[in-house]
Amino acid sequence: METKTISRRDLLKSTGVMIVGFSFFGSAAKVLAQGSGLSVDGMDPTVLDSWLAISKDGTVTVFTGKVELGTGVVTALAQIVAEELDVSFSKVYMDSGDTDTAVDQGVTAAARTIERGGPQLRQASAAARQELLKLASARLDSPVEKLTVTDGVVSVIGSPAKKIAYGDLLGGKKFNIKIVASGVGWDMKVAPEIPSKNYKDYKVVGQSIPRVDLPGKFTGEFVYSQDVTVPGMLHGRSVRPATSLSAPLSIDESSIKNIPGVVRVVHEGNFVGVVAQTEWAAIQAARALKVTWAEPTLKMPSGPDEVFDYLKNTKSFKDNVVTNKGNLDTAFSQAHKKYEATYYWPFQLHGMIGPPCAVADVQGDKATIWTGTQGPFRTRDAIALLLKVPPKNVHLLYREGSGSYGRLESDDVAEDAALMSRAVGKPVRVQWMREDEHAWDPKGPAQYSTVRAGVDAQGNVIAWDYMDRSLPWTESEANPLLASSQMGMKPSGPGFLNGAGGGGQIYTFENQKVLAASIPWVQQGEWPLRTSNLRAPGDLARVFASESSIDEIAADQHVDPLQFRLRYLTSDKRISEILVATAKQAGWTARPAPGLSSSGTKATGRGIAVANRANTMTAAVAEVEVDKTTGEVIVKKITLGHDCGLIVNPNGLKNQIEGNILQGVSRALLEEVQFDSTGQTNLDWNSYPVIRFEQVPEVEIVLTNRPEMQPLGGGEPSIVPITAAIANAIFDATGARVRRVPFTPERVLSAMKA
Amino acid sequence: MARISLKVNGKSRAVETDPSTPLLYVLRDDLGLHGPRFGCGLGQCGACTVLVDGNSMRSCMIPASSVQNKSIVTLEGLGTVAHPHAIQAAFVEEQAAQCGFCMNGMVMGAKALLDKNPHPNVEEIKKSLNSYICRCGTHLRVIRAIQRVANSTVKA
Repeated sequence: METKTISRRDLLKSTGVMIVGFSFFGSAAKVLAQGSGLSVDGMDPTVLDSWLAISKDGTVTVFTGKVELGTGVVTALAQIVAEELDVSFSKVYMDSGDTDTAVDQGVTAAARTIERGGPQLRQASAAARQELLKLASARLDSPVEKLTVTDGVVSVIGSPAKKIAYGDLLGGKKFNIKIVASGVGWDMKVAPEIPSKNYKDYKVVGQSIPRVDLPGKFTGEFVYSQDVTVPGMLHGRSVRPATSLSAPLSIDESSIKNIPGVVRVVHEGNFVGVVAQTEWAAIQAARALKVTWAEPTLKMPSGPDEVFDYLKNTKSFKDNVVTNKGNLDTAFSQAHKKYEATYYWPFQLHGMIGPPCAVADVQGDKATIWTGTQGPFRTRDAIALLLKVPPKNVHLLYREGSGSYGRLESDDVAEDAALMSRAVGKPVRVQWMREDEHAWDPKGPAQYSTVRAGVDAQGNVIAWDYMDRSLPWTESEANPLLASSQMGMKPSGPGFLNGAGGGGQIYTFENQKVLAASIPWVQQGEWPLRTSNLRAPGDLARVFASESSIDEIAADQHVDPLQFRLRYLTSDKRISEILVATAKQAGWTARPAPGLSSSGTKATGRGIAVANRANTMTAAVAEVEVDKTTGEVIVKKITLGHDCGLIVNPNGLKNQIEGNILQGVSRALLEEVQFDSTGQTNLDWNSYPVIRFEQVPEVEIVLTNRPEMQPLGGGEPSIVPITAAIANAIFDATGARVRRVPFTPERVLSAMKA
Repeated sequence: MARISLKVNGKSRAVETDPSTPLLYVLRDDLGLHGPRFGCGLGQCGACTVLVDGNSMRSCMIPASSVQNKSIVTLEGLGTVAHPHAIQAAFVEEQAAQCGFCMNGMVMGAKALLDKNPHPNVEEIKKSLNSYICRCGTHLRVIRAIQRVANSTVKA
């Protein structure tokens, strides 16, 4: 597959140009209108042509700010467009993440793309269909009500010979109409007044259409950001200290004089990088370059325990009170029995398999950037700020990187590449090394959660007081990226809150408080403990805490944990229904925990947990085996129930759920960022293990489809209940409560001895 | 710099390079073969896997100059989207990827396994691929894809 960059400007101006799809649609070349005379006015959401174009051959090109992160979301969005326009799926081509041509629909994140971006594209398509029918009505001399559309061909009902194709209706020309659009990014409402198709008529939405990006990913033809090459391109590597970023006091360039092919040591502000003719020369030079760094002003904590103490003892800068009702003090004073527990969640890595990569070509006051950022416009603006040029001078072209489970360093590496390209005046490709990726991955924040609960004499929960103390995301919109920070840019805020879901607000208790507190974290400068959103941000820790505690109360009251939960799951029938369906599929039989079933040294148990993440309901039943002599936990099976409203692509959704389950098991059992005063200490896959084939559990999935509902997110909700379900299964097997993630053999053994 | 001759996907190729250059960078940057990928440079993840004389090897760990007289097969040597190898076709059938960045290792690891053991059971597949890391969690689909090939009569 050839990679060729064609701007929308070229695309619309050109005569019969072959658009070679950069990645999404494999080799499906798209022929655009001949001599259309179209000009560019993209990006204004109130112009229909900003959203899509229909060429003479009927190909629909969609210009979207949403990007494929490996979840299949672009395939699903194309389904939504094909459905609404009544064209076959293969006719839809997604031109994605190009800041010169796309509407800014906000970042692709938080499993909200189908929920928010989907309706935007659906309504733009509905507006296009309405306009096409209007044109057809005139051409076919028939009222719109008498028209029908089959695969992009409009015909008169009852007179099938009277027909005209979309491509012929427009003749390769623009729509030239305005539509209603208000709001920005995720919250943008597009053409809300235009009726869209009834779900009962769906033919494409709801089908397991194979993903358009996958075939080339199995052959080497798919072009990732790591594969972008441009003529005259050089290779760069960034050089950073092991702990917090400080000033380079001296750089000894003689230390790399024996490495052939070094072009330049780039030193700007506190940023240091090496540019070379070849990638290997850049790697060797970056490793060999002797830099004396100033003593860091930020001291790394001595280890995770120090961070948990800090979380416990530091005043929050923002309290997000999710619910606060009744009178907790009175309820606790009247409680027959009280429960109190603390839960610990460590820093964890996004841990993408391919370190981030970008190619930058900075020429004068203009820049072209290819990278895998979740927010093409966000990164464009950051680079414009760094280079001190207007945003329109930066053209960012999205190219998929390695899997994204939150904010990636594709943004940071793009800045590195931009600085190096500007310094040498040539295009430069920069990829981080594994140790860079492990160290500078903006970590999923550490969290410290406490649950207090009280029951009356009958064992009913009458008081629930939940508090999460979490670090914020220091790498949020208001704050500079790594290189910008090294260039002296200062953060403008404390960062973004790490979510507030999962603190037990799914349950209806008479006296109930759920609070997510944000604890200030280092803002000035950058260090390996910088933080950002990691898949289902914060919810894993909160659900681990709340669902462990509810389980603990149920066990203490000798009530089956499923039945106990159902008593209080009264606010939403979707959540109780998915919980029951999941338990049924898992063969759940009512009995209190712990079951303490064991044979020889192996104890076995089951655990259940339920969650609501952004209105997607999930429930999990975990079956585990615990070695009573070593404390080793093996997850044998996870049964996962999932209700995200209307399902757009069932197999694509299952793929996401399977991945969430496996990543969830990995994060529960294995993952913790380690550090001491010298810096982060686990900088490779041996010291930061993730799940491997021999640790993979059996998986069973229960999908509830609600076609009458809007589609909701499926990219991350199913990871949320996994940790809690495993913890509850460990309790069922051993009678021991594990309250600190990950559940290493040492921690499980120590809980069993407690 | 030295002239290095390699036999890649059945073709003889010559490049001028620093002889210490790991095979991975020669394949990707000099020969334009992007199937093998940089994941860790430490031989830990498997994303850079190629076959050298039929054995799976981590191309980030071996100097290009050390494999001059050997037969190297990359992901591109198996098949294309238009004409996929049976393993690649099975991976598509099972939709066995998400981001797909690790898939070079999965497909090449499967090829090395199936060449030696055409009908592996699930335990053998898990054991054989245990040194390949996938972060998206597509392991179950990869296993199903390999089973699909193992259970078919098409030669892998």
